[in-house]
Amino acid sequence: MFSDFDWDVILRSLPYLFFDGMRFTLMLTALATAGGIVIGTLLALMRLSSFAPFSIVAGGYVNLMRSMPLVLVIFWIYFLVPYIGQWVTGASRPIQVGALVTCLVTFTIFEAAYFCEIMRAGIQSIPRGQTEAAKAIGMTYWQTMGDVILPQAFRNMIPVLLTQTIVLFQDTSLVYVISVTDFLGAASKIAQRDGRLVEMYLFAAVVYFIVSLGASIMVRRLQRRVAIVR
Amino acid sequence: MKYNWNWGIFFEISPDGVHTYLGSLMFGMVWTLATALSAWIIALAVGSVIGVLRTAPNPWLARFANGYVELFRNIPLLVQMFLWYFVLPEVVPSSIGTWLKQLPNASFYTTVFCLGLYTAARVAEQLRAGILSLRSGQRMAGLAMGLTLPQTYRYVLLPMAYRIILPPLTSEFLNIIKNSAVALTIGLMELTAAARSMQEFSFQVFEAFTGATIIYIVINIIVVNGMRILEKRLSVPGYISLGKPAAAH
Repeated sequence: MFSDFDWDVILRSLPYLFFDGMRFTLMLTALATAGGIVIGTLLALMRLSSFAPFSIVAGGYVNLMRSMPLVLVIFWIYFLVPYIGQWVTGASRPIQVGALVTCLVTFTIFEAAYFCEIMRAGIQSIPRGQTEAAKAIGMTYWQTMGDVILPQAFRNMIPVLLTQTIVLFQDTSLVYVISVTDFLGAASKIAQRDGRLVEMYLFAAVVYFIVSLGASIMVRRLQRRVAIVR
Repeated sequence: MKYNWNWGIFFEISPDGVHTYLGSLMFGMVWTLATALSAWIIALAVGSVIGVLRTAPNPWLARFANGYVELFRNIPLLVQMFLWYFVLPEVVPSSIGTWLKQLPNASFYTTVFCLGLYTAARVAEQLRAGILSLRSGQRMAGLAMGLTLPQTYRYVLLPMAYRIILPPLTSEFLNIIKNSAVALTIGLMELTAAARSMQEFSFQVFEAFTGATIIYIVINIIVVNGMRILEKRLSVPGYISLGKPAAAH
């Protein structure tokens, strides 16, 4: 059963797995989270706007993204970005786009829809009286949002935002479908080269499990702290 | 943008020589639905047991159930898919391994199993939240009336808990449909894989993906509306109003 389990293949490929693979995974997770939260917050403001075209566009965008599988979105962006690049730069042929940019665009716009829903819930959790009070003392819309509502909404939602980031970390493994070398991609390349599927996939599962579980335990602790302060 | 649009491609014959490309997308849709529905049965059954165990008085059973949820929630679905498909046949005794590898439609069974157990962890999480949201007096009243603990769950707690968690269960069901697309990595010809192969053979990238996207949106709308009707049918008058958790009392 495990008699011919080859630990050596894991040891040999550790530098490749972590410096090439895991670095890509973590960078993609961090950048896409940052981008997703910024765009998601703007989408949430649009969605809650009383100006109907804004809320319809934002709502439609969120519903569209949430009804599509991530794999399909990855394929869409993978093929679409070269054409958009051609259109923007005015080149004569679809341009070549790197793996990181493709993945970054995909995950940012996909996760923005989920971050939008989280931020919307956060904004709606702030009592209406605060918006009215801010308006009454003469604050503009952006002052109200930027100085009063969003800081509190963000603070309340930090545990949920971090949980979504853990989901995003796991989701980045799907870039496998366009042959990008993230952590799982690196593991699978070694697995296929050396014929060591069992070792590499089990090791990948263990690493993902430890990182995600560790992160979610930390989020739970943070949640307790945030909850006490309020 | 210079791209040669050709919407007529849907009615051209696909490489299988019999069906049109539209037909091949429809086959993909049928595989997606068959996979999602079969996996959903496993998810509901296993998820209910695990969810109940998490609220059970026996600490060892609760610990086991918590471990199950943590295990399945903290490994990416794609990695789980690979573990079931590539690793499992290698680590079981070789006669079973060979049988697994030679199974017709192996990728379908693997996906159903994998997706079912993965979603079960999420269903269990929702069900636990639903049971815990009930006032503790309900459990006590059930036991005080002389019902056994399983009877209390069966006749008092679970009927309310399932109604409370119907909205999150709806989104889990939508997730299972979307997550079935991950199965294209192990060769299941579901909807996204069908669109991908249509794109590869016809070179009409955006028509293929548009077709798949529209089908996913239509499935989504049907499920959301169907569940809304179900929710209305099952609601207990005066206790749970549509879309809201249990009324305060």
